[in-house]
Amino acid sequence: MTDAHEDGYDAFLDALEAGEGYYYECSNGHALVPPRHVCPHCGDRELDQVTLPETGELVTHTTVAVPTPQFEDDAPYVTAIATFGSVKLTGILRDVDPSDVKIGQSVTVTVESAETTDERTITFHPHN
Amino acid sequence: MSKAFVAGTGMTAFGTFPDRRGRDMFAEAGLAALDDAGLEPADIDEVFYGNFVGTLAENQGHQGPLASEALGTTAPSRRVESACASSGLAVRDAVRAVRSGEADVVVAGGMERMSNMGTAGATDGLARAADDLFEIRSGVTFPAAYALMTRAYFDEFGGDREDLAHIAVKNHDNALVNDHAHLQEEITVDDVLESPEIAAPLGLYDACPISDGAAALVLLSPSYAEEHGLDTGVAITGSGHGGDTMALQDRQSLATAPATRDAAEAAYDDAGISPDDIGLVEVHDCFTIAEVLALEGLGLYSYGEAIGAARRGETCRDGTLPVNLSGGLKAKGHPVGATGAAQVAAVRNLLNGTHPRADAVDDVTVGLAHNAGGTVASAAVHVLEVAR
Repeated sequence: MTDAHEDGYDAFLDALEAGEGYYYECSNGHALVPPRHVCPHCGDRELDQVTLPETGELVTHTTVAVPTPQFEDDAPYVTAIATFGSVKLTGILRDVDPSDVKIGQSVTVTVESAETTDERTITFHPHN
Repeated sequence: MSKAFVAGTGMTAFGTFPDRRGRDMFAEAGLAALDDAGLEPADIDEVFYGNFVGTLAENQGHQGPLASEALGTTAPSRRVESACASSGLAVRDAVRAVRSGEADVVVAGGMERMSNMGTAGATDGLARAADDLFEIRSGVTFPAAYALMTRAYFDEFGGDREDLAHIAVKNHDNALVNDHAHLQEEITVDDVLESPEIAAPLGLYDACPISDGAAALVLLSPSYAEEHGLDTGVAITGSGHGGDTMALQDRQSLATAPATRDAAEAAYDDAGISPDDIGLVEVHDCFTIAEVLALEGLGLYSYGEAIGAARRGETCRDGTLPVNLSGGLKAKGHPVGATGAAQVAAVRNLLNGTHPRADAVDDVTVGLAHNAGGTVASAAVHVLEVAR
Protein backbone atom coordinates (compact mmCIF):
# COMPACT_ATOMS: atom_id res chain seq x y z
CA MET A 1 0.00 0.00 0.00
CA THR A 2 1.12 3.55 -0.62
CA ASP A 3 0.38 6.96 0.77
CA ALA A 4 -1.06 8.05 -2.56
CA HIS A 5 -4.58 9.42 -2.59
CA GLU A 6 -6.92 7.22 -4.58
CA ASP A 7 -9.66 9.09 -6.37
CA GLY A 8 -13.16 8.06 -5.40
CA TYR A 9 -12.15 5.58 -2.72
CA ASP A 10 -10.46 8.07 -0.38
CA ALA A 11 -13.29 10.58 -0.81
CA PHE A 12 -15.69 7.80 0.16
CA LEU A 13 -13.66 7.00 3.30
CA ASP A 14 -13.45 10.74 4.16
CA ALA A 15 -17.23 10.96 3.96
CA LEU A 16 -17.74 7.82 6.08
CA GLU A 17 -15.33 9.18 8.67
CA ALA A 18 -17.20 12.50 8.78
CA GLY A 19 -20.50 10.68 9.28
CA GLU A 20 -21.63 11.74 5.81
CA GLY A 21 -21.50 8.36 4.10
CA TYR A 22 -23.08 7.91 0.69
CA TYR A 23 -23.46 5.35 -2.03
CA TYR A 24 -24.55 5.27 -5.65
CA GLU A 25 -27.79 3.99 -7.05
CA CYS A 26 -28.38 3.37 -10.75
CA SER A 27 -31.72 3.96 -12.53
CA ASN A 28 -32.56 0.29 -12.07
CA GLY A 29 -32.10 0.46 -8.32
CA HIS A 30 -28.73 -1.31 -8.05
CA ALA A 31 -26.78 -0.01 -5.04
CA LEU A 32 -23.03 0.50 -5.46
CA VAL A 33 -20.05 1.67 -3.44
CA PRO A 34 -17.75 4.22 -5.13
CA PRO A 35 -15.56 4.45 -7.13
CA ARG A 36 -17.79 3.54 -10.10
CA HIS A 37 -18.36 4.95 -13.56
CA VAL A 38 -21.11 2.54 -14.44
CA CYS A 39 -23.34 -0.11 -12.83
CA PRO A 40 -21.76 -3.57 -13.24
CA HIS A 41 -25.14 -5.24 -12.98
CA CYS A 42 -26.90 -3.47 -15.86
CA GLY A 43 -24.46 -1.07 -17.55
CA ASP A 44 -26.42 2.01 -16.53
CA ARG A 45 -24.32 5.18 -16.33
CA GLU A 46 -26.87 7.28 -14.44
CA LEU A 47 -25.56 6.93 -10.91
CA ASP A 48 -27.26 9.04 -8.26
CA GLN A 49 -25.51 9.77 -4.98
CA VAL A 50 -27.69 8.61 -2.08
CA THR A 51 -27.21 9.20 1.67
CA LEU A 52 -26.04 6.10 3.53
CA PRO A 53 -28.43 5.09 6.34
CA GLU A 54 -26.90 5.57 9.78
CA THR A 55 -27.36 1.97 10.84
CA GLY A 56 -26.97 -1.31 9.03
CA GLU A 57 -27.68 -4.97 9.68
CA LEU A 58 -25.11 -7.78 9.61
CA VAL A 59 -25.71 -10.28 6.81
CA THR A 60 -22.69 -12.47 7.55
CA HIS A 61 -19.50 -12.45 9.63
CA THR A 62 -16.33 -14.38 10.43
CA THR A 63 -13.67 -14.28 13.11
CA VAL A 64 -10.23 -14.25 11.51
CA ALA A 65 -7.56 -16.14 13.47
CA VAL A 66 -4.96 -16.33 10.70
CA PRO A 67 -4.55 -12.82 9.22
CA THR A 68 -2.55 -11.31 6.41
CA PRO A 69 0.59 -9.46 7.62
CA GLN A 70 -1.33 -6.15 7.38
CA PHE A 71 -3.63 -7.28 10.21
CA GLU A 72 -1.15 -9.31 12.26
CA ASP A 73 -1.67 -7.32 15.48
CA ASP A 74 -5.44 -7.00 14.94
CA ALA A 75 -6.11 -10.77 15.01
CA PRO A 76 -8.30 -12.31 16.13
CA TYR A 77 -10.85 -9.88 14.74
CA VAL A 78 -14.35 -10.00 13.30
CA THR A 79 -14.87 -9.12 9.64
CA ALA A 80 -18.47 -8.73 8.56
CA ILE A 81 -20.70 -7.68 5.68
CA ALA A 82 -23.56 -5.39 6.66
CA THR A 83 -26.41 -4.02 4.58
CA PHE A 84 -27.23 -0.34 4.93
CA GLY A 85 -30.56 -0.04 3.20
CA SER A 86 -29.86 -1.56 -0.21
CA VAL A 87 -26.05 -1.26 -0.20
CA LYS A 88 -23.67 -3.71 1.44
CA LEU A 89 -20.32 -2.79 3.05
CA THR A 90 -17.49 -4.98 4.33
CA GLY A 91 -15.70 -3.92 7.49
CA ILE A 92 -14.11 -4.90 10.78
CA LEU A 93 -16.55 -5.13 13.68
CA ARG A 94 -15.07 -3.79 16.92
CA ASP A 95 -16.17 -3.67 20.55
CA VAL A 96 -17.77 -7.11 20.49
CA ASP A 97 -17.08 -10.54 21.86
CA PRO A 98 -16.78 -12.64 18.67
CA SER A 99 -18.99 -15.35 20.17
CA ASP A 100 -21.82 -12.82 20.62
CA VAL A 101 -21.94 -11.63 17.00
CA LYS A 102 -25.21 -12.48 15.27
CA ILE A 103 -26.58 -12.15 11.75
CA GLY A 104 -29.23 -9.42 11.83
CA GLN A 105 -27.37 -7.43 14.50
CA SER A 106 -27.57 -3.64 14.10
CA VAL A 107 -24.30 -1.74 13.49
CA THR A 108 -22.98 1.73 12.70
CA VAL A 109 -20.09 2.40 10.32
CA THR A 110 -17.08 4.68 10.47
CA VAL A 111 -13.40 4.68 9.52
CA GLU A 112 -10.69 3.78 12.03
CA SER A 113 -7.04 2.81 11.87
CA ALA A 114 -5.99 -0.81 11.74
CA GLU A 115 -3.79 -1.67 14.73
CA THR A 116 -1.01 -3.21 12.68
CA THR A 117 -0.48 -0.69 9.91
CA ASP A 118 -2.44 2.40 10.90
CA GLU A 119 -4.17 2.15 7.50
CA ARG A 120 -7.71 3.51 7.31
CA THR A 121 -10.20 0.67 7.62
CA ILE A 122 -13.98 0.56 7.30
CA THR A 123 -15.09 -0.22 10.84
CA PHE A 124 -18.44 -1.27 12.32
CA HIS A 125 -19.62 -0.85 15.91
CA PRO A 126 -22.64 -2.48 17.53
CA HIS A 127 -25.68 -0.18 17.63
CA ASN A 128 -27.88 -0.55 20.65
CA MET B 1 -18.89 -27.38 -31.80
CA SER B 2 -15.86 -29.50 -32.59
CA LYS B 3 -13.98 -31.22 -29.79
CA ALA B 4 -10.39 -31.15 -28.58
CA PHE B 5 -8.80 -34.46 -27.66
CA VAL B 6 -6.89 -34.70 -24.39
CA ALA B 7 -4.01 -36.80 -25.70
CA GLY B 8 -1.66 -36.41 -22.76
CA THR B 9 -1.61 -35.44 -19.10
CA GLY B 10 1.23 -34.84 -16.68
CA MET B 11 1.67 -33.53 -13.20
CA THR B 12 4.26 -33.25 -10.51
CA ALA B 13 3.49 -34.54 -7.07
CA PHE B 14 1.60 -31.80 -5.22
CA GLY B 15 3.15 -30.86 -1.89
CA THR B 16 5.65 -28.60 -0.18
CA PHE B 17 8.62 -27.98 -2.43
CA PRO B 18 9.92 -24.52 -1.51
CA ASP B 19 13.23 -25.09 -3.27
CA ARG B 20 11.81 -25.96 -6.69
CA ARG B 21 11.45 -23.10 -9.18
CA GLY B 22 8.32 -22.92 -11.28
CA ARG B 23 10.21 -23.63 -14.49
CA ASP B 24 11.51 -26.85 -12.95
CA MET B 25 8.08 -28.07 -11.86
CA PHE B 26 6.37 -27.09 -15.13
CA ALA B 27 9.08 -28.88 -17.12
CA GLU B 28 8.40 -32.11 -15.22
CA ALA B 29 4.64 -31.90 -15.73
CA GLY B 30 4.74 -30.67 -19.32
CA LEU B 31 7.31 -33.17 -20.56
CA ALA B 32 5.34 -35.98 -18.89
CA ALA B 33 2.23 -34.80 -20.77
CA LEU B 34 4.16 -34.74 -24.05
CA ASP B 35 5.46 -38.27 -23.40
CA ASP B 36 1.93 -39.43 -22.57
CA ALA B 37 0.73 -38.00 -25.89
CA GLY B 38 3.70 -39.41 -27.83
CA LEU B 39 4.74 -35.97 -29.09
CA GLU B 40 7.92 -33.90 -29.16
CA PRO B 41 8.53 -30.27 -28.12
CA ALA B 42 8.79 -29.24 -31.78
CA ASP B 43 5.20 -30.40 -32.33
CA ILE B 44 3.78 -27.73 -29.96
CA ASP B 45 1.97 -24.86 -31.67
CA GLU B 46 1.11 -22.81 -28.60
CA VAL B 47 1.31 -22.85 -24.78
CA PHE B 48 -1.28 -21.54 -22.29
CA TYR B 49 0.19 -21.34 -18.81
CA GLY B 50 -1.81 -20.64 -15.66
CA ASN B 51 -0.16 -18.96 -12.69
CA PHE B 52 -1.45 -16.70 -9.93
CA VAL B 53 1.14 -15.26 -7.54
CA GLY B 54 4.38 -15.89 -9.45
CA THR B 55 5.11 -12.19 -9.58
CA LEU B 56 5.19 -12.18 -5.76
CA ALA B 57 6.45 -15.70 -5.06
CA GLU B 58 9.25 -15.87 -7.62
CA ASN B 59 9.77 -12.19 -8.35
CA GLN B 60 9.02 -13.13 -11.95
CA GLY B 61 6.67 -11.53 -14.42
CA HIS B 62 6.29 -12.55 -18.09
CA GLN B 63 6.32 -16.24 -17.27
CA GLY B 64 4.88 -17.43 -20.60
CA PRO B 65 8.19 -17.72 -22.44
CA LEU B 66 9.72 -19.55 -19.47
CA ALA B 67 6.85 -22.06 -19.65
CA SER B 68 7.59 -22.77 -23.32
CA GLU B 69 11.34 -23.03 -22.67
CA ALA B 70 10.62 -25.52 -19.90
CA LEU B 71 8.94 -27.70 -22.55
CA GLY B 72 11.87 -27.46 -24.96
CA THR B 73 10.42 -24.93 -27.37
CA THR B 74 10.08 -21.22 -28.00
CA ALA B 75 6.50 -21.67 -29.22
CA PRO B 76 4.29 -18.66 -28.49
CA SER B 77 3.05 -18.71 -24.93
CA ARG B 78 1.19 -16.59 -22.45
CA ARG B 79 0.51 -16.61 -18.75
CA VAL B 80 -3.19 -16.76 -17.90
CA GLU B 81 -4.05 -15.24 -14.51
CA SER B 82 -7.49 -15.62 -12.99
CA ALA B 83 -6.54 -16.46 -9.39
CA CYS B 84 -7.47 -20.08 -8.59
CA ALA B 85 -9.16 -20.44 -12.00
CA SER B 86 -5.95 -19.59 -13.89
CA SER B 87 -5.35 -22.93 -15.52
CA GLY B 88 -9.02 -23.81 -15.96
CA LEU B 89 -9.12 -20.73 -18.14
CA ALA B 90 -5.79 -21.64 -19.74
CA VAL B 91 -7.49 -24.90 -20.77
CA ARG B 92 -10.47 -22.96 -22.09
CA ASP B 93 -8.25 -20.67 -24.15
CA ALA B 94 -6.39 -23.71 -25.47
CA VAL B 95 -9.67 -25.37 -26.47
CA ARG B 96 -10.65 -22.20 -28.31
CA ALA B 97 -7.28 -22.08 -30.09
CA VAL B 98 -7.77 -25.66 -31.30
CA ARG B 99 -11.39 -25.12 -32.29
CA SER B 100 -10.60 -21.95 -34.20
CA GLY B 101 -8.30 -23.97 -36.44
CA GLU B 102 -5.30 -21.81 -35.54
CA ALA B 103 -3.52 -24.58 -33.62
CA ASP B 104 -3.39 -28.38 -33.76
CA VAL B 105 -1.16 -29.16 -30.77
CA VAL B 106 -1.52 -27.04 -27.66
CA VAL B 107 -0.15 -27.42 -24.17
CA ALA B 108 -2.41 -26.04 -21.42
CA GLY B 109 -1.30 -26.19 -17.83
CA GLY B 110 -0.11 -24.23 -14.89
CA MET B 111 2.17 -24.00 -11.90
CA GLU B 112 2.17 -22.47 -8.46
CA ARG B 113 4.92 -22.15 -5.90
CA MET B 114 3.74 -20.75 -2.58
CA SER B 115 5.32 -22.62 0.31
CA ASN B 116 8.51 -20.57 -0.05
CA MET B 117 6.45 -17.51 1.00
CA GLY B 118 5.61 -18.95 4.44
CA THR B 119 2.08 -19.04 5.88
CA ALA B 120 1.80 -15.25 6.32
CA GLY B 121 3.23 -14.58 2.85
CA ALA B 122 1.00 -17.15 1.19
CA THR B 123 -2.04 -15.84 3.10
CA ASP B 124 -1.17 -12.39 1.81
CA GLY B 125 -0.67 -13.66 -1.74
CA LEU B 126 -3.91 -15.65 -1.79
CA ALA B 127 -5.87 -12.68 -0.40
CA ARG B 128 -5.05 -10.90 -3.70
CA ALA B 129 -7.85 -12.96 -5.24
CA ALA B 130 -10.26 -10.72 -3.31
CA ASP B 131 -11.03 -7.03 -3.92
CA ASP B 132 -8.15 -4.94 -2.55
CA LEU B 133 -10.18 -1.82 -1.78
CA PHE B 134 -13.31 -3.30 -0.27
CA GLU B 135 -12.24 -6.70 1.04
CA ILE B 136 -8.51 -7.03 1.74
CA ARG B 137 -8.41 -3.58 3.39
CA SER B 138 -11.32 -4.68 5.60
CA GLY B 139 -9.37 -7.66 6.87
CA VAL B 140 -10.75 -10.27 4.49
CA THR B 141 -8.35 -13.16 4.00
CA PHE B 142 -9.17 -15.85 1.47
CA PRO B 143 -10.43 -18.27 4.14
CA ALA B 144 -12.41 -15.37 5.65
CA ALA B 145 -14.16 -14.75 2.33
CA TYR B 146 -15.32 -18.38 2.21
CA ALA B 147 -16.22 -18.22 5.90
CA LEU B 148 -18.49 -15.26 5.11
CA MET B 149 -20.16 -17.37 2.41
CA THR B 150 -20.40 -20.37 4.76
CA ARG B 151 -22.22 -18.39 7.44
CA ALA B 152 -24.54 -16.88 4.81
CA TYR B 153 -25.25 -20.38 3.44
CA PHE B 154 -26.07 -21.82 6.87
CA ASP B 155 -28.36 -18.83 7.49
CA GLU B 156 -30.15 -19.14 4.15
CA PHE B 157 -30.32 -22.92 3.64
CA GLY B 158 -29.34 -24.58 6.91
CA GLY B 159 -26.61 -27.15 7.44
CA ASP B 160 -23.74 -27.18 9.89
CA ARG B 161 -20.04 -27.76 10.34
CA GLU B 162 -20.55 -31.50 10.64
CA ASP B 163 -22.09 -31.63 7.16
CA LEU B 164 -18.97 -29.86 5.87
CA ALA B 165 -16.67 -32.16 7.82
CA HIS B 166 -18.02 -35.15 5.86
CA ILE B 167 -16.80 -33.48 2.66
CA ALA B 168 -13.27 -33.19 4.05
CA VAL B 169 -13.31 -36.80 5.27
CA LYS B 170 -14.52 -38.05 1.85
CA ASN B 171 -11.91 -36.15 -0.12
CA HIS B 172 -9.08 -37.24 2.17
CA ASP B 173 -10.24 -40.83 1.78
CA ASN B 174 -10.28 -40.51 -2.00
CA ALA B 175 -6.67 -39.26 -1.99
CA LEU B 176 -5.31 -42.22 -0.06
CA VAL B 177 -4.35 -44.07 -3.27
CA ASN B 178 -3.30 -40.95 -5.21
CA ASP B 179 0.47 -40.82 -4.95
CA HIS B 180 0.53 -37.31 -6.42
CA ALA B 181 -1.65 -36.01 -3.58
CA HIS B 182 -0.32 -33.51 -1.05
CA LEU B 183 -2.20 -35.09 1.87
CA GLN B 184 -2.46 -38.87 2.01
CA GLU B 185 -3.90 -39.05 5.46
CA GLU B 186 -7.14 -40.56 6.71
CA ILE B 187 -9.13 -38.14 8.88
CA THR B 188 -12.34 -38.33 10.91
CA VAL B 189 -15.28 -35.97 11.31
CA ASP B 190 -14.02 -35.19 14.82
CA ASP B 191 -10.57 -34.29 13.47
CA VAL B 192 -12.22 -31.68 11.25
CA LEU B 193 -14.51 -30.34 13.95
CA GLU B 194 -11.65 -30.08 16.45
CA SER B 195 -9.09 -28.55 14.06
CA PRO B 196 -7.92 -25.01 14.91
CA GLU B 197 -10.18 -22.24 13.66
CA ILE B 198 -8.69 -20.17 10.84
CA ALA B 199 -11.75 -18.08 10.00
CA ALA B 200 -14.80 -19.16 11.98
CA PRO B 201 -16.83 -21.19 11.21
CA LEU B 202 -14.08 -22.71 9.06
CA GLY B 203 -11.28 -24.70 10.67
CA LEU B 204 -7.92 -25.78 9.33
CA TYR B 205 -9.32 -29.10 8.07
CA ASP B 206 -12.06 -27.31 6.11
CA ALA B 207 -9.28 -25.76 4.04
CA CYS B 208 -7.08 -27.11 1.29
CA PRO B 209 -3.34 -27.01 2.01
CA ILE B 210 -0.93 -24.43 0.59
CA SER B 211 0.68 -26.49 -2.16
CA ASP B 212 3.42 -26.30 -4.74
CA GLY B 213 3.16 -28.17 -8.02
CA ALA B 214 2.44 -28.16 -11.73
CA ALA B 215 0.08 -29.86 -14.16
CA ALA B 216 -0.18 -29.95 -17.95
CA LEU B 217 -2.37 -31.30 -20.74
CA VAL B 218 -1.73 -31.84 -24.44
CA LEU B 219 -4.80 -30.94 -26.49
CA LEU B 220 -5.14 -31.94 -30.15
CA SER B 221 -7.39 -31.02 -33.01
CA PRO B 222 -9.38 -34.02 -34.32
CA SER B 223 -7.73 -33.78 -37.75
CA TYR B 224 -4.20 -33.81 -36.31
CA ALA B 225 -4.98 -36.66 -33.90
CA GLU B 226 -6.41 -38.81 -36.68
CA GLU B 227 -3.66 -38.00 -39.18
CA HIS B 228 -0.93 -38.95 -36.68
CA GLY B 229 -2.72 -41.90 -35.08
CA LEU B 230 -2.70 -40.33 -31.58
CA ASP B 231 -4.87 -40.99 -28.51
CA THR B 232 -8.50 -40.13 -29.25
CA GLY B 233 -9.96 -41.86 -26.22
CA VAL B 234 -11.24 -38.79 -24.34
CA ALA B 235 -12.19 -35.36 -25.63
CA ILE B 236 -13.25 -32.03 -24.19
CA THR B 237 -16.67 -31.57 -25.74
CA GLY B 238 -17.94 -28.58 -23.79
CA SER B 239 -16.36 -25.48 -22.32
CA GLY B 240 -17.90 -22.59 -20.39
CA HIS B 241 -16.76 -19.50 -18.51
CA GLY B 242 -18.85 -17.47 -16.08
CA GLY B 243 -18.21 -14.19 -14.29
CA ASP B 244 -19.51 -12.25 -11.30
CA THR B 245 -18.65 -9.13 -9.31
CA MET B 246 -15.26 -9.31 -7.62
CA ALA B 247 -16.43 -8.35 -4.13
CA LEU B 248 -18.98 -10.38 -2.17
CA GLN B 249 -20.67 -7.17 -0.99
CA ASP B 250 -21.83 -6.43 -4.54
CA ARG B 251 -23.71 -9.72 -4.90
CA GLN B 252 -27.37 -10.24 -4.24
CA SER B 253 -26.80 -13.67 -2.65
CA LEU B 254 -23.71 -14.66 -0.66
CA ALA B 255 -24.78 -18.30 -0.58
CA THR B 256 -24.78 -19.18 -4.27
CA ALA B 257 -22.30 -19.10 -7.17
CA PRO B 258 -23.96 -17.63 -10.28
CA ALA B 259 -20.66 -17.67 -12.22
CA THR B 260 -20.57 -21.45 -11.84
CA ARG B 261 -24.16 -21.70 -13.02
CA ASP B 262 -23.40 -19.56 -16.11
CA ALA B 263 -20.22 -21.51 -16.93
CA ALA B 264 -22.04 -24.82 -16.52
CA GLU B 265 -25.00 -23.84 -18.68
CA ALA B 266 -22.62 -22.75 -21.44
CA ALA B 267 -20.58 -25.97 -21.17
CA TYR B 268 -23.68 -28.22 -21.16
CA ASP B 269 -25.09 -26.40 -24.17
CA ASP B 270 -21.72 -26.63 -25.93
CA ALA B 271 -21.47 -30.39 -25.32
CA GLY B 272 -25.17 -31.02 -25.94
CA ILE B 273 -25.63 -32.73 -22.57
CA SER B 274 -27.67 -32.17 -19.41
CA PRO B 275 -26.52 -32.53 -15.78
CA ASP B 276 -28.22 -35.94 -15.66
CA ASP B 277 -25.70 -37.32 -18.16
CA ILE B 278 -22.71 -36.66 -15.87
CA GLY B 279 -21.25 -39.59 -13.95
CA LEU B 280 -18.26 -38.05 -12.17
CA VAL B 281 -17.08 -34.55 -11.29
CA GLU B 282 -13.98 -32.84 -10.02
CA VAL B 283 -15.06 -29.57 -8.39
CA HIS B 284 -13.23 -26.66 -6.82
CA ASP B 285 -13.21 -27.50 -3.10
CA CYS B 286 -10.65 -24.98 -1.82
CA PHE B 287 -12.81 -25.02 1.31
CA THR B 288 -15.44 -27.61 2.18
CA ILE B 289 -18.27 -25.11 1.56
CA ALA B 290 -16.92 -24.54 -1.96
CA GLU B 291 -17.81 -28.11 -2.95
CA VAL B 292 -21.40 -27.40 -1.89
CA LEU B 293 -21.58 -24.12 -3.80
CA ALA B 294 -20.12 -25.86 -6.86
CA LEU B 295 -22.50 -28.82 -6.92
CA GLU B 296 -25.51 -26.50 -6.61
CA GLY B 297 -24.18 -24.02 -9.18
CA LEU B 298 -23.57 -26.89 -11.61
CA GLY B 299 -27.21 -27.88 -11.36
CA LEU B 300 -26.29 -31.31 -9.94
CA TYR B 301 -28.18 -30.44 -6.74
CA SER B 302 -30.93 -27.94 -5.96
CA TYR B 303 -29.95 -24.97 -3.82
CA GLY B 304 -29.72 -26.02 -0.18
CA GLU B 305 -29.44 -29.76 -0.99
CA ALA B 306 -25.71 -30.35 -1.59
CA ILE B 307 -24.69 -29.49 1.98
CA GLY B 308 -25.72 -32.98 3.13
CA ALA B 309 -24.59 -34.90 0.03
CA ALA B 310 -21.33 -36.25 1.45
CA ARG B 311 -22.93 -37.00 4.82
CA ARG B 312 -25.60 -39.04 3.01
CA GLY B 313 -22.89 -40.82 1.03
CA GLU B 314 -24.17 -39.70 -2.36
CA THR B 315 -20.91 -38.04 -3.43
CA CYS B 316 -18.68 -40.77 -2.02
CA ARG B 317 -16.91 -43.32 -4.22
CA ASP B 318 -19.80 -45.77 -4.11
CA GLY B 319 -22.48 -43.07 -4.20
CA THR B 320 -24.73 -41.93 -7.00
CA LEU B 321 -22.31 -39.18 -8.15
CA PRO B 322 -18.67 -39.54 -7.08
CA VAL B 323 -17.20 -36.09 -6.42
CA ASN B 324 -13.47 -35.37 -6.25
CA LEU B 325 -12.19 -38.91 -6.64
CA SER B 326 -8.71 -37.40 -7.00
CA GLY B 327 -8.94 -36.08 -3.44
CA GLY B 328 -9.95 -32.65 -4.68
CA LEU B 329 -8.10 -29.50 -3.74
CA LYS B 330 -8.71 -30.47 -0.12
CA ALA B 331 -6.42 -33.50 -0.13
CA LYS B 332 -4.77 -33.70 -3.55
CA GLY B 333 -3.59 -30.14 -2.87
CA HIS B 334 -4.09 -26.75 -4.47
CA PRO B 335 -1.09 -25.28 -6.24
CA VAL B 336 -3.38 -22.50 -7.40
CA GLY B 337 -2.23 -21.97 -10.98
CA ALA B 338 -1.99 -25.73 -11.63
CA THR B 339 -5.36 -26.73 -10.20
CA GLY B 340 -7.69 -26.26 -13.19
CA ALA B 341 -5.45 -28.29 -15.49
CA ALA B 342 -4.95 -30.97 -12.83
CA GLN B 343 -8.74 -31.32 -12.50
CA VAL B 344 -9.15 -31.85 -16.26
CA ALA B 345 -6.25 -34.32 -16.16
CA ALA B 346 -7.97 -36.24 -13.35
CA VAL B 347 -11.28 -36.42 -15.24
CA ARG B 348 -9.55 -37.60 -18.41
CA ASN B 349 -7.65 -40.30 -16.51
CA LEU B 350 -10.75 -41.39 -14.59
CA LEU B 351 -12.60 -41.74 -17.90
CA ASN B 352 -9.84 -43.67 -19.68
CA GLY B 353 -9.16 -45.97 -16.76
CA THR B 354 -5.63 -44.84 -15.91
CA HIS B 355 -6.44 -42.99 -12.65
CA PRO B 356 -5.92 -44.92 -9.39
CA ARG B 357 -9.61 -44.32 -8.54
CA ALA B 358 -10.91 -45.21 -12.01
CA ASP B 359 -12.36 -48.50 -10.78
CA ALA B 360 -15.10 -46.52 -8.98
CA VAL B 361 -16.40 -45.15 -12.28
CA ASP B 362 -15.62 -47.83 -14.87
CA ASP B 363 -18.97 -47.47 -16.63
CA VAL B 364 -18.99 -43.66 -16.71
CA THR B 365 -18.55 -41.93 -20.08
CA VAL B 366 -19.18 -38.26 -19.22
CA GLY B 367 -17.25 -36.27 -16.61
CA LEU B 368 -16.92 -32.64 -15.62
CA ALA B 369 -14.22 -30.36 -14.21
CA HIS B 370 -15.12 -27.15 -12.36
CA ASN B 371 -12.52 -24.54 -11.45
CA ALA B 372 -13.30 -21.32 -9.57
CA GLY B 373 -11.38 -18.09 -9.13
CA GLY B 374 -11.66 -15.83 -6.09
CA THR B 375 -15.00 -16.21 -4.38
CA VAL B 376 -16.25 -17.54 -7.72
CA ALA B 377 -16.01 -14.22 -9.55
CA SER B 378 -14.55 -16.45 -12.28
CA ALA B 379 -15.59 -20.01 -13.07
CA ALA B 380 -14.44 -22.42 -15.76
CA VAL B 381 -16.34 -25.61 -16.54
CA HIS B 382 -15.27 -28.36 -18.93
CA VAL B 383 -17.22 -31.42 -20.04
CA LEU B 384 -15.14 -34.44 -21.05
CA GLU B 385 -16.51 -37.50 -22.83
CA VAL B 386 -15.21 -40.89 -23.83
CA ALA B 387 -15.03 -40.63 -27.60
CA ARG B 388 -17.56 -42.76 -29.43
